[in-house]
Amino acid sequence: MTSTYAVLSEGLEKRFGEVHALRGLDLAVAPGTVCGILGSNGAGKTTAVRLLTTLLRPDAGSARVAGHDLVREPEAVRRAIAVTGQYASVDGDLTGRQNLRLFARLHRVRGPAERAAELLDRFGLTESADRPASTYSGGMRRRLDLAASLIRRPEILFLDEPTTGLDPASRNLIWDAVRDLTADGTTVLLTTQYLEEADQLAHDIALVAKGRVAHTGSPSQLKALIGAHVEIVVADADVLAKAAGVLDQLTGAEPSFDHVRNSVGAVTRDTTLTLPRLVRELDAAGVPLLDASIRPPTLDDVFLRLTKEVAA
Amino acid sequence: MSMLAHDGTAMLGRQLQRIRNTPGLLILTQTMPITMLLFFGYVFGSALAMPGEEYRSFLVPGLLVATAANGIMTGMFQAAQDVHRGVTDRLRTLPINRAAVPLGQSVADVMVTAAGMVPFLLVGLAVGWRVEKSPLQAVGALGLLLLFRFATTWIGIFLGLLTRSEEAAGQLGGATFILPLLSNAYIPTEGLPGWLRTLAEWNPISAVTTALRDLFGNAPVPEGAAWPVAHPIAGSLMWCAVLLAVFAPLAVRRYAHGEG
Repeated sequence: MTSTYAVLSEGLEKRFGEVHALRGLDLAVAPGTVCGILGSNGAGKTTAVRLLTTLLRPDAGSARVAGHDLVREPEAVRRAIAVTGQYASVDGDLTGRQNLRLFARLHRVRGPAERAAELLDRFGLTESADRPASTYSGGMRRRLDLAASLIRRPEILFLDEPTTGLDPASRNLIWDAVRDLTADGTTVLLTTQYLEEADQLAHDIALVAKGRVAHTGSPSQLKALIGAHVEIVVADADVLAKAAGVLDQLTGAEPSFDHVRNSVGAVTRDTTLTLPRLVRELDAAGVPLLDASIRPPTLDDVFLRLTKEVAA
Repeated sequence: MSMLAHDGTAMLGRQLQRIRNTPGLLILTQTMPITMLLFFGYVFGSALAMPGEEYRSFLVPGLLVATAANGIMTGMFQAAQDVHRGVTDRLRTLPINRAAVPLGQSVADVMVTAAGMVPFLLVGLAVGWRVEKSPLQAVGALGLLLLFRFATTWIGIFLGLLTRSEEAAGQLGGATFILPLLSNAYIPTEGLPGWLRTLAEWNPISAVTTALRDLFGNAPVPEGAAWPVAHPIAGSLMWCAVLLAVFAPLAVRRYAHGEG
């Protein structure tokens, strides 16, 4: 055993001409977990996945995928991984069945026809199995892509935005498949734009910005990092300033106003600030309160805040 | 090697299935040389010093080779299309032999070309073309033709992996139309000005065309031609070997590394 991580990268760098797409990517993914890779467009997510799946060679740094060196043993890496995504697709000119049989043959599966039929059935594609994949809807296409990745159970599955543009039924099917896989011990690296998806599936999240991993942690750890959002809605615009004063005393954070809704909000990491205490303090200060809330941050809040911090 | 055979056969199967799924394109590419034979044979044939039937016998081998040279275009388009659609990258993440995908594509292309020769030669027979020498020599001629197609497809695959875009491949592919115009495929080169004649006779299409005319017995090897045309069989084999030695490794390397 050379590595206790399914994926371990140190200082991965990649340039495309003038563009420094990755500036030293450090990533550690524990086996059997789902790691969500989040980042805004151009942050380097896709380049990171293309490097880790042997599609690109790094300019600097090193990585081990399933214990194999990315640069020296690409064949061994390829035997351990499967890739599904926008830039790694099945053949639209072949039918669903023909695609799966082809991949089964390339994986040297015994009984490629049986394996193809089994996967078509599992992903609800039996009825459309003999139509060219180019005629499939987005959801069917994505399911076929995933099925092609599961011809043999991969040690590590790379999923690039697997549910972008999908209806809820297709999305749930893919989420269930990912959960089944990790239950069986497969490690999943997931890039996604949907923070809800990362929240649902990921054990750990790596927030990528400017070609580096800016933050890592579980979804709840990342949420704790930025704190809860407190919001007060008042009846009258005149008392908004008074409410903001109370909020400032309690949180010490800069309040943000919404003059349309007559509300003021602030972010706090203080866990002793509860709703009853907030209401008591506001009442004591004579603020006529319409509504008050302390909302735990969503992963969206985390994403927006942390990417802004990196950009600043 | 057995890995290459196994993976290459699977990829060959894929290409043949694609063609079976979309037969329209195949029919279109097959009717093109037949149309050109009838058009050139009767329109140009009536304006040339050569009698019509003699010109059509001269033209059949030329069009066979000009069509084989289209391997550049088809190879390029298919390779670029696969890159563009993400199929190439999907295949590159699989633990398969690095040469299997381009090899499967080129072998499938040769098989389709071989099948496409049948209707073309039947039309050729109908307009007066004949095999004047032994059947063995005729088989040799067709073998040489397919070897040439195999070589040009690898040029196309390399260029397709290089351009990575279907549009660019389509445009560049259209430009390959001029290649047989600068050869002896449609007209004898003897009448060309000296430098142009040399250029046309060093065009690989000229050597292969002359070899086919010689092996079918449609026209004699021209006097005083450049070496590949004066020794057409050796010249054709030389060109195929050179093209394959240059472009097959380039294509496989490009496929294996992917990026620009």
